[in-house]
Amino acid sequence: MATYTLDARRLLCPMPVIRAQNRIKTLAKGDVLEVICTDPGAKNDLPTWCRINGHAVIEIEAKDDEIIIKIAVGEE
Amino acid sequence: MNRQPKAVALISGGLDSMLAVKVLQEQGVHVEGINFYTGFCVEGHTHAIRKSDQKKEKRNNALWVAEQLGIKLHIIDVIEEYKEVLTNPQYGYGANLNPCLDCKSFMVKKAREWMDENEFDFIFTGEVIGQRPMSQRKETMPIVAKQCGSDDRLLRPLCAKLLPETLPEREGWVDREKLLDFNGRSRKPQIALAAQFGFDEYAQPAGGCCFLTDQAYSAKLGDLWQQRGSKNYDLDDIMLLKVGRHIRPRDNFKVIVGREEGENNFMRGYRKQFTHMHATSHNGPLALIDGNVSREDLKLAAQIVARFTQGRDADSVQIEVNEKGNEIPFTLDVTPLRNDDIPKKWYI
Ligand code: SF4
Repeated sequence: MATYTLDARRLLCPMPVIRAQNRIKTLAKGDVLEVICTDPGAKNDLPTWCRINGHAVIEIEAKDDEIIIKIAVGEE
Repeated sequence: MNRQPKAVALISGGLDSMLAVKVLQEQGVHVEGINFYTGFCVEGHTHAIRKSDQKKEKRNNALWVAEQLGIKLHIIDVIEEYKEVLTNPQYGYGANLNPCLDCKSFMVKKAREWMDENEFDFIFTGEVIGQRPMSQRKETMPIVAKQCGSDDRLLRPLCAKLLPETLPEREGWVDREKLLDFNGRSRKPQIALAAQFGFDEYAQPAGGCCFLTDQAYSAKLGDLWQQRGSKNYDLDDIMLLKVGRHIRPRDNFKVIVGREEGENNFMRGYRKQFTHMHATSHNGPLALIDGNVSREDLKLAAQIVARFTQGRDADSVQIEVNEKGNEIPFTLDVTPLRNDDIPKKWYI
């Protein structure tokens, strides 16, 4: 189990979702991916994408203009 | 086939693809969705840009639909490949710069590749004959299917009964009798079927699924191509066409003026890539300058920008100019152009 970071700053939805999706394909179950976004739309879209694809959002943290979404990778 | 048939659905986020998925799910087909991101899709970004839109719920309808239906959704970035479709469409454009027929063929072809890679059995869409002027006429549907070499594995559950039988029907993976015969522009059959399935909320896209069907947007894209002398673009270009007023006073440059705080914020992210300016003596928007400009051009740009500041009626407005590649800004004191001095035709 490891923690990884994905910089999705300045990307507009659905790009943060696409980047997270492609990154998660390379990770193992139980790994954690922290996605750093600036598009507030990601707060809705990433958790929805996680729900339908079997991953879990463990934390959403808003810092200044950035949103950090922590995802626990589930079964592919 | 001894296992459950697997089908991949092209999901736009509208009601039609939602219904098509449900129709096949009812027949026991395993469905996953695919959604292509061309850079022009309506879903998503504008909400993020305009402050005024941020009050509305920001959701990606394709994701939302997938969740309602309990299917996986794969979103594919096709920004690069789509350039060829848009700049060189074999079947030309629709009313604006929308190359719908080529676009549909391209998406079905990409879905076909995905289907092969992931060992799915067929593709389907929520298309209905005669619903959209160009790409959904009966005569053009075979073009889309043939073009991408998928005719036999491309099913359109909502109008399948009006079209020749396809492989999934012949193989008995789906029962043709239980497919539909929707036809034409009326939305009544779809709405009735939605009610039957208990869908009480769904997105009703007006017009097309992308910005290319929008006249104002297409005008800006056409202008960009014309001024560059080629149909090139990158993602930043097409994002910026969605924000601000675009004013072209001279052939060699245009000024993009933020219309409100959300747009100014968004445009701030582009300051490194563009010469930009804003007023220091009055409140006003951020403006980006696109093109190669002389000092004389910058002065004219500053006068235009001054017009959109709170000093629009003042005799003089101070504008700070940051030239691209030059760390040190300089200031210009300019008289704002009066409204009448900005000809209508400058607005793209
Ligand atoms: S509206 Fe846009 S996305 Fe939809 S088919 Fe036409 S070109 Fe493609």
